Amino acid sequence: MITFVPREKISKNWIFIAPILSIVFTIFFGLLIFTFLGYNPIETLYQIFVSPFSRIDRISDILVKACPLIIIGTGLMLCFKSNVWNIGAEGQFIMGALLAGFIALSFPNIETKFFLLITLITGFIGGALWAFIPAILKTKLNVNEILVSLMLVYVAMLFIDFIVRGPLRDPMSFGFPLSKPYPEGALINKIPFPGIGFLGQLHYGILFVVLLIPVAWIFVNKTLGGFKINVLGSAPQAAKFAGFSQNSITLTVLLLSGGLAGVAGVIEVSANIGQLQPEVSFGYGFTAIIVAFLGRLNPLGILFAGIIIATVKLGADNAQMTMGIPKVVTGLFEGILLFFLLTGETLQKYKIKWSERKYKWKL
Amino acid sequence: MEALILTIIATSIPLLLAATGELIAEKSGVLNLGVEGMMLSGAVGALGTVLWLENPYYGIVAGALSGMLMASIFSIFTINFMTNQVATGLGLTIFATGLTGLAGAPLVGKTIPSLPKIEIFLLSDIPIFGSILFKQDFVAYLSIAIIIFISFFLKYSKSGIILRAVGDDHQSAHSVGYPVKKIRWYATCFGGMCAGIGGAYIPLVLTPHWSEGMTAGRGWIALALVVFASWIPWRIIVGALIFGGITIAQLVGQARGWPIPSQLLSMMPYIATIIALTMISGRLSKNNSVVPSSLGRPFFGSQ
Amino acid sequence: MDQGNGSEILLKATKINKSFGNFIANKDIDISITKGQIHALLGENGAGKSTLVKIFYGVLQPDSGSIEINNHKMVITSPNIARKNGIGMVFQHFSLFPALTVAENILIALDNKIKLNKVVDQITNLSKEWELFVDPFKLVSELSVGEKQRVEIIRCLMQNPNLLIMDEPTSVLTPQEIINLFRILKRLASSGCSILYISHKLEEIIELADEVTILKSGKSIATIDAKKTTTKFLAETMVGKKITELRKNIKKRSTTNIAFELKNLNKQKDHEFGISLKNINLQVNYGEILGVAGIAGNGQVELMEILSGEINCEYNNQILLDNSPIGKTNINERRKLGIETVPEERTFHATVPNLTLNENTFLTYFFKYNNTKSWISNLLNNPQNSLDECEKIIKTNDVRCPETNPLASQLSGGNLQKFILGRSLANKPKVAIFSQPTWGVDIGAATTIRQKLLDLSQSGKAVILISQDLEEIFELSDKIAVINQGVLSQIFRVNDITAADVGLLMGGKSIKKKKMETVK
Repeated sequence: MITFVPREKISKNWIFIAPILSIVFTIFFGLLIFTFLGYNPIETLYQIFVSPFSRIDRISDILVKACPLIIIGTGLMLCFKSNVWNIGAEGQFIMGALLAGFIALSFPNIETKFFLLITLITGFIGGALWAFIPAILKTKLNVNEILVSLMLVYVAMLFIDFIVRGPLRDPMSFGFPLSKPYPEGALINKIPFPGIGFLGQLHYGILFVVLLIPVAWIFVNKTLGGFKINVLGSAPQAAKFAGFSQNSITLTVLLLSGGLAGVAGVIEVSANIGQLQPEVSFGYGFTAIIVAFLGRLNPLGILFAGIIIATVKLGADNAQMTMGIPKVVTGLFEGILLFFLLTGETLQKYKIKWSERKYKWKL
Repeated sequence: MEALILTIIATSIPLLLAATGELIAEKSGVLNLGVEGMMLSGAVGALGTVLWLENPYYGIVAGALSGMLMASIFSIFTINFMTNQVATGLGLTIFATGLTGLAGAPLVGKTIPSLPKIEIFLLSDIPIFGSILFKQDFVAYLSIAIIIFISFFLKYSKSGIILRAVGDDHQSAHSVGYPVKKIRWYATCFGGMCAGIGGAYIPLVLTPHWSEGMTAGRGWIALALVVFASWIPWRIIVGALIFGGITIAQLVGQARGWPIPSQLLSMMPYIATIIALTMISGRLSKNNSVVPSSLGRPFFGSQ
Repeated sequence: MDQGNGSEILLKATKINKSFGNFIANKDIDISITKGQIHALLGENGAGKSTLVKIFYGVLQPDSGSIEINNHKMVITSPNIARKNGIGMVFQHFSLFPALTVAENILIALDNKIKLNKVVDQITNLSKEWELFVDPFKLVSELSVGEKQRVEIIRCLMQNPNLLIMDEPTSVLTPQEIINLFRILKRLASSGCSILYISHKLEEIIELADEVTILKSGKSIATIDAKKTTTKFLAETMVGKKITELRKNIKKRSTTNIAFELKNLNKQKDHEFGISLKNINLQVNYGEILGVAGIAGNGQVELMEILSGEINCEYNNQILLDNSPIGKTNINERRKLGIETVPEERTFHATVPNLTLNENTFLTYFFKYNNTKSWISNLLNNPQNSLDECEKIIKTNDVRCPETNPLASQLSGGNLQKFILGRSLANKPKVAIFSQPTWGVDIGAATTIRQKLLDLSQSGKAVILISQDLEEIFELSDKIAVINQGVLSQIFRVNDITAADVGLLMGGKSIKKKKMETVK
């Protein structure tokens, strides 16, 4: 029988070892399932984990895919750190993209790139407003934020579908549910590299991540705000004793994470799609939950986690094209990975002790 | 009208079953957010099995087993490895979405036979009433039987009292000598079984073919139903029927060409869930004795 | 080991060892209990008493050692087995289920198959026979602490035990309830049931026990005849050194200046298991200690929330500091005004266990580094700022740390409490409010803490001490009030009231007393 004994001291190396071990275990179990379902494990392994690195433009595509994951994941980190369970980032992403899209399409002739600042801010507001619903219900009426934020994902999906097929549909789209193309001022361009041209889809949206990670790191580690979040997440009573308002922290982290998800939505649409369509997200909001955990709720960790998960996502796309494996299969890896990451957290605090089973319980 | 009521009942049965199972798990102190995932597994398990064995009743068994399999994965991690229940539940749903997408891929485009109705001798001949109550399929009768059983089990049986005790204060239950982890395992697996049958019901009765994510948030609504019912079994019936009604109302609305866009009508069950949660939560925060005190807290064993 | 008196041995344990990680809870403990004997287990907090009895009751498994019951070797692998062998246990923090009724609580601890209504009958009979009155249909959450203990005792009696283990049963009782409990225990013992009685209270042991085993740091250091010993001897054996007496300054600087006042305070409970505060009036002068006695769960937590400012009053003038209203100020504004509070819960309330001491200092100090003129340093106000303050607190209060700047969870209870107290006192408060400051700390730390409270009042500060330890209340306080069911009694001078009277008030009875002349 296995029992757990508390560690006297929390192992510092474990912070790095646990995620790596989790990934190794995940690959092992994932392959086991693939073999069981009749797919060639080696081929799958190659497609999912190696093929994304096979060409330089593919590598830059990893960064493109990682971009929304990292932005949303950073926002979710703030929530999870303070024990607020926002799992509706997908909806906040959509609403951010939608509101910004509405503004973008209202100025069809704008060309200056300063307009992007406005769409990004609008996107932030859109996402934050969507997160405001669970936030206000949670703080005023103690309604479970998990269920509310999740229900709002379905509502947001249906809402964008309605908008794109209805009010914002381009009359010239030949019946396709698409909005008009964005004006030049609302588009994020690809980064040109002198002598090479473009590297895949690599675009200027990446700069936002470059800016966000250090800001987030400073906020979490070097400001009173970050400290408050930490205290509330570890001991709500102690937060009260320090005079931190639980409600305002909860409200802040939900609005921030919703806003960041909204910004991610704007960047994704402005850089990669260029117009509104019924499907803008492809599950980024849910995947970012895994990214936040794999990054151990730490901005730098989330940067790496975003890249790793984006690799798997791209690999799954490749596997779908070459092997016909449905790309939802990434969920399989994400789920297993989360299980092992959480187990790693337990093992950080507890040691495993094997002991003989001396007796059997009787009910 | 009669047909309408029958459809409402059929729509509410997956919710009813999943919520009942989750209620038992939560009464023992386990918050399993993986209901959606367990229902999906039940659905794909049932579909595959019925295509293979060509008997819809095996689908029920397969659904139950698939749900239990998912629940045991959840149990290993949350109960034995003491992981965070919220995150693990989310992980389970993400995992099951991936797994069922993979397993369901070969099933796309194939249709299965529906679960037959069972008429109860004589009673089913009562006008209107009879065909609604006594001309249902096996799972419908089963779900009502489960609710009745659960109500009595929790209230009067010693095992039921022990289950509630474990959810109320796991440390005390351990001190009195009950195997907390084992009881939670049973409760979680029962929850998985019910969710699995509920998931199986969707292809067996409602839409007889596979599509990715075909549960469409029913697992999450079931979780909300448990809160809505304030952890009292019979109230789940009321809640499930209301949600069934709303779902059908929007379908009827779409069919009859109401001047409201179909997407906005489809939002109704989700918005109704939020409203229901809001209404009940205000009351719950004052009267918190109905919420199992140990809900969501891992049990570390004694020291 | 005394086998000379010819009485039969019921339970005999030899060389019991148990450790948790590196911490050795029990080391080679030998103990034997004869039939019908009241055997006391004495020791400080953390001496290993609870671990040992949990092993006897099957909640814990020993690493090594053997247990014999009636000369048969037993492996007690679960409480079920313990109960089958006639061992019953009443836990210190109870093992009851608040959301279940009394009868349901008792039913699930019975091993035989029995119907709920039969259980109700048996409860009624037993409670008559032993004068342990409880309503079998009430929810346990609605019971008082004394009633909860009765439920646990009835639960044990249902099984006709040969050995009843009681873990610190009197810490939650009024003096009157204690007398009642002792009567029942003596009657049980005379009917042949042995009792293993755990306590750290010396008078109780001398009054009740036949024999006493003293534990210290996990080892059994002596087994002596309780009838032939003194409290002084027991105390010194238990602690292992001479106990320092408190230095009490006879000439106190008690003044007549009212420092802090609570006026007609009402507060509805905000959740079902809470207590509503009803019309509370309280005042404390500079230079004195006001003791608030009461059994846990009678509104102390709620009162503390109001006093500290974690929750605001309805009206600003319900709390007065130096005659100016502060009822609507929050906890940090009160800290700035010179009111410091130390809550009952050391971890998760007064400190965050997984943060370092430095960060825990920052927890109540952050606003001090906030009034700089430069916005950038204001924005970057972080725990680094409190490093010096933290070091000072550690040094001046003799907080023993396993490493520099450890996590709060790495400190022992006594050291953590010294840190928390020091952190409050470093703010130089005018009014200091403490809730259960010595609860669960070892005698050495408790003496230090009590001395600090005395010194504080003697230096002219006002102190409110909320405690369920009557001894502590009488030892330190100048005035005493009692809280019961959210109602605070009038305030008595310590010389005008006896412990028995306080006990009556704690139990909700009224006493006839001349009202204290108003101090003016």
